[in-house]
Amino acid sequence: MRLTWILLLLVAIIAICAASVAFGVRSVSPGDILAALGGDTSTVARAAVVARIPRTVLALLVGAALAMSGATMQAVTRNPLADPGILGVSSGAALAVVVGIAFFGMSSPYAFMVVAIGGAAVAAIFVYLIGSLGGGASPLKLALAGAAISAAFASLVSAILLPRVDIVESFRFWQIGGVGGATWDRIAVIAPVLVAGAVICLVMARGMNSLALGDELATGLGVNVLRSRLISSAGAVILCGAATAIAGPIGFVGLVVPHVCRMLMGTDHRWLLPFSALGGAALLVAGDVVGRLVARPSEIDVGIVTALIGAPVFIWMVRRQKVREL
Amino acid sequence: MSTGILSSHSAEVRTVIAGRTKRMRRRRLVVSLLVIGVVAVFLVTLMVGQTFYGPLEVIRVVFGQTVPGASFTVGDLRLPRASLGMLSGFAFGIAGVAFQTMLRNPLASPDVIGISSGASAAAVFGIVVLSLDGAAVSLLALGGALVTAGVIFLLSHRGGFAGTRLILIGIGVAAMLESVISYVLSRAAAWDLQTAMRWLTGSLNGAEWSSVLPLAVAAAVLTPLMLSHGRSLGALRLGDDSAIGLGVRVRRTRLFVIVAAVALLAIATSAAGPIAFVAFMAGPIAARLVGAGGSPLLPAGLVGALLVMLSDLVGQFAFDGRYPVGVITGVLGAPYLVFLLIRMSRSGGSL
Repeated sequence: MRLTWILLLLVAIIAICAASVAFGVRSVSPGDILAALGGDTSTVARAAVVARIPRTVLALLVGAALAMSGATMQAVTRNPLADPGILGVSSGAALAVVVGIAFFGMSSPYAFMVVAIGGAAVAAIFVYLIGSLGGGASPLKLALAGAAISAAFASLVSAILLPRVDIVESFRFWQIGGVGGATWDRIAVIAPVLVAGAVICLVMARGMNSLALGDELATGLGVNVLRSRLISSAGAVILCGAATAIAGPIGFVGLVVPHVCRMLMGTDHRWLLPFSALGGAALLVAGDVVGRLVARPSEIDVGIVTALIGAPVFIWMVRRQKVREL
Repeated sequence: MSTGILSSHSAEVRTVIAGRTKRMRRRRLVVSLLVIGVVAVFLVTLMVGQTFYGPLEVIRVVFGQTVPGASFTVGDLRLPRASLGMLSGFAFGIAGVAFQTMLRNPLASPDVIGISSGASAAAVFGIVVLSLDGAAVSLLALGGALVTAGVIFLLSHRGGFAGTRLILIGIGVAAMLESVISYVLSRAAAWDLQTAMRWLTGSLNGAEWSSVLPLAVAAAVLTPLMLSHGRSLGALRLGDDSAIGLGVRVRRTRLFVIVAAVALLAIATSAAGPIAFVAFMAGPIAARLVGAGGSPLLPAGLVGALLVMLSDLVGQFAFDGRYPVGVITGVLGAPYLVFLLIRMSRSGGSL
């Protein structure tokens, strides 16, 4: 059953990726697409197709990273509403990069990534501490702390960017995420880090299963709860920070995808994490294609598309929860 | 025997009365100080700028006399801006504390739970897509905020009212509306950062009487109505059951407070944009200043007015560049939020 779902999803991803290369703001004939895939960039149409390839790859990577990060955060906080966007972790990464650009003249993708991961970590620790003040972290407290922190960080980002005419063009990028600026160089920087984060999360999958039982039971089963939680969180923060460094803050992927996957695959994280990654990749590429197609001749950033899809799912989930669980 | 009971009774009663008088006195003192502060900052806002005008000249302009030079600068440029700052701050403060009290959570201010975003989204849509201006935008923003509040309220109404669910659904709705705002702004003919900032964080730039007037009318009508419900609103803080026991018509009060607060908020937002965190900060600050007892509505409104006007002064003159007021309040909001959360954890979640 699980394997069938994974196979189906893989087929879907291949189809979506083909669509992502074939469709865009500019309509391209099938012949041009084939020629472009052969490496020919002699016409504008073929060059456009070639430019869509790194973009598709980036969307795959970022989507997978965000979904896996969300699944891990949900396991660590034992909170169904956890998501890098809602908990303010992405906005922490964005703020850190903006500070780096504005005050330290950062420009290399490596620096962006390191700083973004640091910012994500600080924001994650911060939100978790605030949310668990006064007796345990409830979904409500975590979500409120995350929403308030992201609003505050967004204000700081505007305060830093507004007077700097030289960097103000990047302002929008740090408010809404998108994968339009993908290049192979930047993907090459980010890919190893994402792989490392994913490996950390996958190794900890068994620990996450134990965490789901509750701290006391998990301790009773011989799991070092604190250690599992810290290492898993580190993996989630690395994934989310690196993804935000290259694509800006993209919300709700980490919320929606693991939730749907849990309904299909059950709660075993050894299956849930890789399946979520596949699902996230599919969702983000599909969202990017939709964003390119519905608003021709301009584009809708994929961050907007995911928010429009994700927020209703979030609301639906809240409505399903019993009040005392919130 | 009976005299003993009586005397011990009266001693307790006396303590209660003494405490009450003390709190009343403190409240009166704080409110009058706040009023003085608001008036003083208002005058300072009128006085300073490219050219400085003395207090006498400013007061003469405010009362309608013609003063060469000052009449234009103060009367036409600075007066609308200062009035907009004062009124919008007042409206944000009252609306914010009404929501915080009703939902019994200081984090549940209308800017965190999506109602301000509803007003902004409608206003942005009206301006960019429908090319409206003035009163039409205010009306549209009002409609947007009311619809948003209604949707959040209905979605969270599932087998009874639950504040926690309302807050979470509000966060989701806010996220969605923010992305709608970003999208509409990105489609605007010229990506004008000034306009964008107004609808992302709020700004007093380009204040005109046409946008101040609806706000003034709304504040004049709705503030007394809200204040008259202050006592019932305070009772809601005890929980629905206790409030019903105290004779409060819970549903009616809640509906009235929501409609009035949303209307104030929406009209203020349509005039000045969603000035970040004012609705969020004003209530808790006011509650801290006034202390326990009494309705926090009026002090919160005054604190809100002070916050907006002072932040605008800071944004205009404290740095090399000029910042819109919302950026200043947003930056103030971050450390204040941390402080509030730390204090909340100690006192167990009340305002």
